[in-house]
Amino acid sequence: MKAAVLVFPGSNCDRDMAVALQKSGADVTMVWHKETSLPDGLDVVGVPGGFSYGDYLRCGAIAANSPITQALKAHVERGGYAFGICNGFQVLTEAGLLPGALLRNAGLKYICKTTPLTVATTDSAYTSSYAKDQVIGVPIAHHDGNFTADQSTLDMLEAEDRVAFRYAENPNGSARDIAGILSANRRVLGMMPHPERAFEAAHGNEDGKGFFDSLVSAVVPA
Amino acid sequence: MKARVNVMLKNGVLDPQGAAVRHALGAMGFDGVNDVRQGKVIELDLADGTSEDTIKDMCDKLLANTVIESYSIELA
Repeated sequence: MKAAVLVFPGSNCDRDMAVALQKSGADVTMVWHKETSLPDGLDVVGVPGGFSYGDYLRCGAIAANSPITQALKAHVERGGYAFGICNGFQVLTEAGLLPGALLRNAGLKYICKTTPLTVATTDSAYTSSYAKDQVIGVPIAHHDGNFTADQSTLDMLEAEDRVAFRYAENPNGSARDIAGILSANRRVLGMMPHPERAFEAAHGNEDGKGFFDSLVSAVVPA
Repeated sequence: MKARVNVMLKNGVLDPQGAAVRHALGAMGFDGVNDVRQGKVIELDLADGTSEDTIKDMCDKLLANTVIESYSIELA
C-alpha cells in the first residue's frame, strides 16, 4: 500500500500517523502543503491532526485551500482513499470532502483523554477488522470537535450507514454522538479521535490498531 | 475601498461561546440578558472597484463556512 501524509504548517500528528501506517506495512511519503501534486500510484492520503495554520479563521479553513488540498480533491474524485484525523477531519469538512462542520466543544474546554468509541459500521476500509458495536478506547485531543450538520444531513448519514464511530460517552456535544463519518463512496473518512495514538502497547492501548489493519487489508490488492 | 464582513453562526446552530458570555453577564449581575451570539468581523482593504459579487465569492469560499455560518457585507 502506498500512502501519503500531508504536512501543513502546524501539523503535529503527521509523524505519528506516518509511523502507524509504516508499521502496518505501508510505503509512506510525507508531502508538504505547498506541493501541487501527490506521488504517482498512491492508494491512500492521510490528513493529520494538529493546528494547521494556527487554526486561524476556522480550524482547517486555510489548509482546505492549500495547494496540496487541490491535489487531494482530485485524488478523492478519482475514487482514492483518504482519511483525516482530528484537524484532518476539520480540513476534510472545510474542503467539502465530507459533510458537516466541527464547532467549539459544548463545554468550551480543550479535552485530552482516552474516550470510549462504539464502532458504528464495519462496512468500510477503516473499520472492517472491528466488530459492529465493539467499544474501543481511543484518545481525543481537541477544542473544536463538536460535530454538527443539519437534520437532513444527519438523517442521511445514518440512513446510508455512514457513521463510522460514535462516542459511547459524548465528550463534546457532537450531534447524535458522532465521532467519525464516511463519504458517500465510503472511501473518505474523518474522525476526531486519534487511532494512531492507540496503536501499540507502548501507547497504553492498541485499540486503534484495527483502524490501520482494516485499511491495509482493504487497500492491498487481493 | 473597504469592506466589512460580519460572520455569525446561523440561527439554530448552538453557540457555546455566546452561552458562556451570557452566563458570565448574568453572574456579574446584568439581568435580562436573554441570549448572546458571538461572531466575528473581518475588515477587507480592497482595490477600488472590487465588486460585491467578488466579495461574496470570498465569503463563500473562505471567510465563512456556510454549513454553520451566515455572513453580511458592508461596503464603506
